Amino acid sequence: MTDQSSESRGTAPDPVIAARGLTRRYGATAVVDAIDFDIARGEVFGLLGPNGAGKTTTILMMLGLTENSSGEIRVLGFDPAREPLKVKRRVGYLPDAVGFYDQLTATENLAYTAKLMGLARAERARLIEAALLRVGLADVASKRVATFSRGMRQRLGLAEIIMKRAEIAILDEPTSGLDPQATLEFLGLIGELKAEGITVLLSSHMLDQVQRICDRVALFKAGRIVLMGAVPDLAVKVLGAGFVVEVEAEGPGIARRLALIPGVTQVETLAVDRFRMTAERDVRADAARAVVAVDGALRRLSVDEPSLEAIYARYFQTTSTGDIRHAA
Amino acid sequence: MRREGSPFQGLSTVFVKELADHISSIRMLMLEFLVVFTALAALYEAINSLRQTTAEDPFLLLRLFTIDRAPLPSFVAILGFLIPLMAIGLGFDAINGEHNRRTLSRILAQPIYRDALLLGKFLAALATIGISLAALWLLVIGLGLIFLGVPPGGEEIARSLVFLVVAICYAGVWLSLAMLLSTVFRSAATAALVSLGVWLFLTVLWPMLAPAVAQVIAPADPRYALLGLNDPVTAVWTQELLRLSPNDLFGEAMLAVLSPTTRTLGPVFLDQLRGAVMGAPLPFRESVMIAWPQTVGLIAGTIVLFAFGYVLFQRQEVRA
Repeated sequence: MTDQSSESRGTAPDPVIAARGLTRRYGATAVVDAIDFDIARGEVFGLLGPNGAGKTTTILMMLGLTENSSGEIRVLGFDPAREPLKVKRRVGYLPDAVGFYDQLTATENLAYTAKLMGLARAERARLIEAALLRVGLADVASKRVATFSRGMRQRLGLAEIIMKRAEIAILDEPTSGLDPQATLEFLGLIGELKAEGITVLLSSHMLDQVQRICDRVALFKAGRIVLMGAVPDLAVKVLGAGFVVEVEAEGPGIARRLALIPGVTQVETLAVDRFRMTAERDVRADAARAVVAVDGALRRLSVDEPSLEAIYARYFQTTSTGDIRHAA
Repeated sequence: MRREGSPFQGLSTVFVKELADHISSIRMLMLEFLVVFTALAALYEAINSLRQTTAEDPFLLLRLFTIDRAPLPSFVAILGFLIPLMAIGLGFDAINGEHNRRTLSRILAQPIYRDALLLGKFLAALATIGISLAALWLLVIGLGLIFLGVPPGGEEIARSLVFLVVAICYAGVWLSLAMLLSTVFRSAATAALVSLGVWLFLTVLWPMLAPAVAQVIAPADPRYALLGLNDPVTAVWTQELLRLSPNDLFGEAMLAVLSPTTRTLGPVFLDQLRGAVMGAPLPFRESVMIAWPQTVGLIAGTIVLFAFGYVLFQRQEVRA
């Protein structure tokens, strides 16, 4: 469980990326508006938000590809605007809808970037081969990229990051436009990166995927981070409770009995024999006991993990009616 | 504050990759066919006419470049027309092509500066043109040896080498322009059309417009017209305006270098010619001196256009 301060400010013990008041303006409009965050080494951090919320601009500022208007950003201790080469040598970037030179083969494409990275000739062939093997493209290594599908291109982009032996992998919308199978494979590869201790920064608007692999998320809205933290913490904060348990059971007075379970904040009766409980913890065991205690017939007991989708929907719903201002 | 590292890091990698792309591309192949065939046709005519007339010319080889027989223009004139086409063909999608392929942000995320990418692309395209022109040059010399049977003198070789250098400078102007436009316009087709439009304007329309504009700026004195002469002021204005076109600069420089009897490129008064031995060739050095301002003009044009492109590219957003 992350402590309270990490939710609001995101202070991490060993930040590899740290932003303070980071702002990017185009004319009068601020695309990224004074955001603060810290990303710890080895963490998988998700940038969420609708299109145009400032996610890609934030990423480009981390790489020194766009200059910040004010505020500060440090990547691995360097200022990307002033020392971009040091940053870019150690950070891998997979852009949104990555492109390759179609007339070249997968190996040739990687060889070009390997040369740009300044990898030694002796290492190059070995690293390229190993990276292609890792992402499952070894058998098409000498095929032209023109014949590759979207999913294969994304994996080739990831191979580039693996070849680079990057400490931080920045992935911009890595799974958009992939079919479910390709998405699953890709998420598996991201999991492998994390297991190797690589810090992964991921932007997406596909909430369930982000939830599956991210340790912490930052929710962007109109250039600001409106929510940040681990998904369960955000659930408690926004939804008021972390768990939604649905009970399907028949018996007298079940609803009343369920409401008595400690930790349950609300019980809704959906039908004569269906109830939805909102709770701070997983209360399935207690619910089962409660049903049995009144001699009811328990048919189904299910728990909804705190879903990012629910948090997202609830947050934007409530802010639009003006209930909550900033969580931070 | 100085930025860290060298702006040329990765330059050679970009250069080699782009050069390989150009040389193996179908586009370049087509351009080469076009240039070689038209140039050969012009050469064929030149060789024919030289064989019939005389072999007493001390600069027989150079005549290969400059002689024209209707309906074909001379070899140099054809190159003056085709070099821009080659340069535009290689440069019009340099930057926007990377944007549209979505490779730009991936390449710029590698530890290189944008300088290396832009300069590498420019130098690779220029080298491609240089290689083609050098091959063409060898072809001309070779054909000249075979069909004329006269070995070229040292000065002829030197003059034709100057031709090669000036031709590459001329290509540089058009290449810089094409790359500038490829940075300005996100669509490659727009960049190509605008480049070709500028090229057509400067090579076809401008020579017609310049005298008219000169007439407006400095109307001819009617007294000159009565004597059947051109007003020198109008003539000078016409020439200065014409020189705004790289095509004209190239033509003038070539005239000075490849026709050794050329003493001046501007209008002269009769008294300035006093003592001159008409029709005698100038020494090599003097001819180069006459062509020098034009060459500098071409180089300056290249640098100015490249600098504009450079500034624009540095400020451009990389996101697609």
